[in-house]
Amino acid sequence: MGAVTAQASIEQIRADVSRRKIFDKLFVVVGMLVMFSALLVLAVLFIDLVQKGAPRLNLEFLTQFPSRKPERAGILSAWVGTSLIMLTTAAITMPIGVAAAIYLEEYAPKNWFTAIIEINVTNLAGVPSIIYGLLALGLFVYQFNLGQTILTAGLTLSLLILPIVIVATRESLRAVPRPIREAAYALGATRWEVTAHHVLPYSMGGILTGMIIGLSRAIGETAPLITIGALSFIAFLPQSPITAEFPFLSFAWLKDAFTAMPIQMFNWVSRPDPEFQVNAAAAGAILLGMTLLMNGIAIWLRYRYRKRINW
Amino acid sequence: MNQSTPISMAGSVPGLAYRKLRDRVIESLLLGAALVAVFTTLAIVFVLVRESLPFFEHVSLRDFLTDTMWTPLFADARYGILPLVAGTMVTTLVALSVAIPCGTLIAIYLSEFAPHRLREVIKPALELLGAVPTVVYGYFALMMVTPFLQKLIPGLPGFNMLSAGLVIGIMIIPYVASVSEDAMRAVPNYMREGSYAMGATRFQTATRVVVPGALSGIAAAYILGISRAVGETMVVAVAAGLQPNLTWNPTEPAATITAFIVQVSLGDLPHDSIGYQSIFAAGLVLMLMTLVFNIAGFTLTRRFRQAY
Amino acid sequence: MKYTTLVSAATLVFAGLAFGPQADAQVIKIDGSSTVFPITEAVAEEFQIEKRGKIRVTVGISGTGGGFKKFCRGEIDIQDASRPILTAEMEACRAAGIKYYELPIAYDALTVAVSPKNTWVNQITVDELKKIWEPAAQGKITRWNQVNPKWPNEEIVLFGAGSDSGTFDYFTEAVVGKAKASRGDFTGSEDDNVLVQGIANNKNALGYLPYAYYEPNASRLKAVPVVNKAGKAVGPSLDNVINGSYEPLSRPIFIYISEKAAQKPEVREFVQYYLTKGVPLIEEVKYVPLPKQAYDLAAKHFKEGKLGTGFGGVPEVGLKVEELLAREAKL
Repeated sequence: MGAVTAQASIEQIRADVSRRKIFDKLFVVVGMLVMFSALLVLAVLFIDLVQKGAPRLNLEFLTQFPSRKPERAGILSAWVGTSLIMLTTAAITMPIGVAAAIYLEEYAPKNWFTAIIEINVTNLAGVPSIIYGLLALGLFVYQFNLGQTILTAGLTLSLLILPIVIVATRESLRAVPRPIREAAYALGATRWEVTAHHVLPYSMGGILTGMIIGLSRAIGETAPLITIGALSFIAFLPQSPITAEFPFLSFAWLKDAFTAMPIQMFNWVSRPDPEFQVNAAAAGAILLGMTLLMNGIAIWLRYRYRKRINW
Repeated sequence: MNQSTPISMAGSVPGLAYRKLRDRVIESLLLGAALVAVFTTLAIVFVLVRESLPFFEHVSLRDFLTDTMWTPLFADARYGILPLVAGTMVTTLVALSVAIPCGTLIAIYLSEFAPHRLREVIKPALELLGAVPTVVYGYFALMMVTPFLQKLIPGLPGFNMLSAGLVIGIMIIPYVASVSEDAMRAVPNYMREGSYAMGATRFQTATRVVVPGALSGIAAAYILGISRAVGETMVVAVAAGLQPNLTWNPTEPAATITAFIVQVSLGDLPHDSIGYQSIFAAGLVLMLMTLVFNIAGFTLTRRFRQAY
Repeated sequence: MKYTTLVSAATLVFAGLAFGPQADAQVIKIDGSSTVFPITEAVAEEFQIEKRGKIRVTVGISGTGGGFKKFCRGEIDIQDASRPILTAEMEACRAAGIKYYELPIAYDALTVAVSPKNTWVNQITVDELKKIWEPAAQGKITRWNQVNPKWPNEEIVLFGAGSDSGTFDYFTEAVVGKAKASRGDFTGSEDDNVLVQGIANNKNALGYLPYAYYEPNASRLKAVPVVNKAGKAVGPSLDNVINGSYEPLSRPIFIYISEKAAQKPEVREFVQYYLTKGVPLIEEVKYVPLPKQAYDLAAKHFKEGKLGTGFGGVPEVGLKVEELLAREAKL
């Protein structure tokens, strides 16, 4: 009797499994469809921008200053401004975001005070970017007297993307299995040593994810930058970070006025002259290209970190 | 978790006192960093409240919360916030109806099904979706999505919440997908292996073992995405129109709180006028909305957090 | 160790900030309206080229409101304004001790436009416009024949400027008689290119937009001549605006220069340049220049130190620029 039921069950099980395997295959199809549709949107956008902006996508466009004549108007000050701002933002957000996430994940006791901090962080992700601009105007530009400079822009955008970096970093810290921490503690490591030597290296991948998503968001922001005083016409560059005299490195550029790529785009797209639309499309294509480059570096770094994980 | 050192060795381990002190200092530095978030919120609330006080002296709270028209810039001004709230909520709901299913699906696919090589290529490509400047998305919604939708839905107005919502949804897919996928990858392999050993298919493992195991991370990803959708500014300003309209129908044009704020702050209004101050009152409402539902999400994730 | 590198990097940054040299070159700071921006940008560009980069000019687009705020705090030298300074802003400037020159520099003519497929409207009166746009029309005046029985029984689809803009204020003041008094059910947009598209594609559309946006799109839109005070239907064109027959929909746009800034020689040079060599540029960027006497008069006022505004903090409609310049200016 046992053999008979076992026989029937095996066939049932086989039938069951093959049925469910169909679901599996179905899901693969659906998954790939959804994924490629999303990517299709990106491709359509990019191709559209490149097509419309093709006449202006040349070296002159990258090396000319803005102008009232569309064929002379270029994005030199804009892409330099954006690059410098991104550098500043990354330099500010990385330490603060990672430090905050480490605190919340590794050190904070589970009390109401911590809960308040956590709710705060996610709440800030929902504040519209223009409000950050208004806050920065009152706080950084006026109160701290930092003026309408690249430093202010960097600080504003850092605040904007801080919640993203913190959330993503926390998730990646949480992903490190407990046994690893416990093993380190068991050997007498202090909490900081556990975090810095054992947890952080493994979670670098996720941290970089957060930075990528955050910086990608920051690079495309228009409204807060205009509010703190980003310019739309500036025909000269900020001072160079590399100088001819000792110590060869200068931070004077942090105090300079600036413009940024999305602002230039926004300005051109609202002009009546239809030729400016071409410029705007070209600027958009280049902005996407810059983001791609930035992401590419971070992604390569993340890939290298991810390879080391095998649990 | 308490630091534990064998009591008898406490004094004799070299450098322990230094390490403990260093740890304390570092802990306070880290706390300081975490408090930056709190200070930012306090600063924002302070600015919003201070600037809206003159507004509320002029407009009663009841009118603000119950009036159905928002025309603060017209000669006969009406100050009901409901049309803006409705606009925000409808666009967000449309966005979420795209982003949550698609994002989760993509995350599951990438984490459980996709071959390793494919994953390493697709993940960054998806993150690029979040990198497109919001102005570009706005014009994309207006110039491409709307005409396309107008073929499907005849009579669709040139400005509508459906286009804007759909594009916002596409824009936040990377938030949902990437962070969820990280959370799912964090589920240890032995749990998957246990499930496979029982004869489950990949789909069953994904839905019954991995997703529940990563639920708190997935919820965090959702909340991040929702917050982002609610706070989106340029896409709605360009594609949904700027006329406040109290409606739940996404095919109509409407203004969201964020679109209104950006419109006024970059416009020609003098900065001490009541029309200008209305943006701070609107911003305050937006912050409260996000707060209410962050708290809700937070209590939910606390409950679902799994330890393994 | 990663942590120490982070800390040392941060210290370097702040040290650099403390010791970095101040930006020194002469810079003229301009901000304000995005309507006036194209003109100021053109002038700034040519001026910088002529000065071979020795004097630098930067221009922002925080909006007329945002620009005045900065202007009345002494942060910018010149303010681009698409409307005159209002009472509240005059107070702010007075409180901060900022005195200023008000110089009109161009016309912004509003064009009433319909789709080229619209065959029935060949001219329109201010009364008809009022009937369409006044607040009482909301929900009630929805068909063309309600405005003029000779027009067909078709739906009117309305397009206009965003309600926070000077264009909106001016149109409502000129047509309805009271600034910001308008019906609410129209498609408003900050981006006038969007309005062009909307009007061009809809047979039943009617909208108003700046002349600078109509002119390059003249093949896609049909401008409707407006019947002026003398009873003549006048269409928007460069000549008609300059000679004053296209009214009431022409308004002057301004630059304001602070007295303190005017003491700097580079600012004085720039303003002189604006009012002389800058004038041909105005037409180049598709705006309408003022008559030559207006620029000469404005330059004279600037040289003689005639401070203040001729509007008294309240905007006006249908004012000829020569009248404005002849007025008593108050701070």
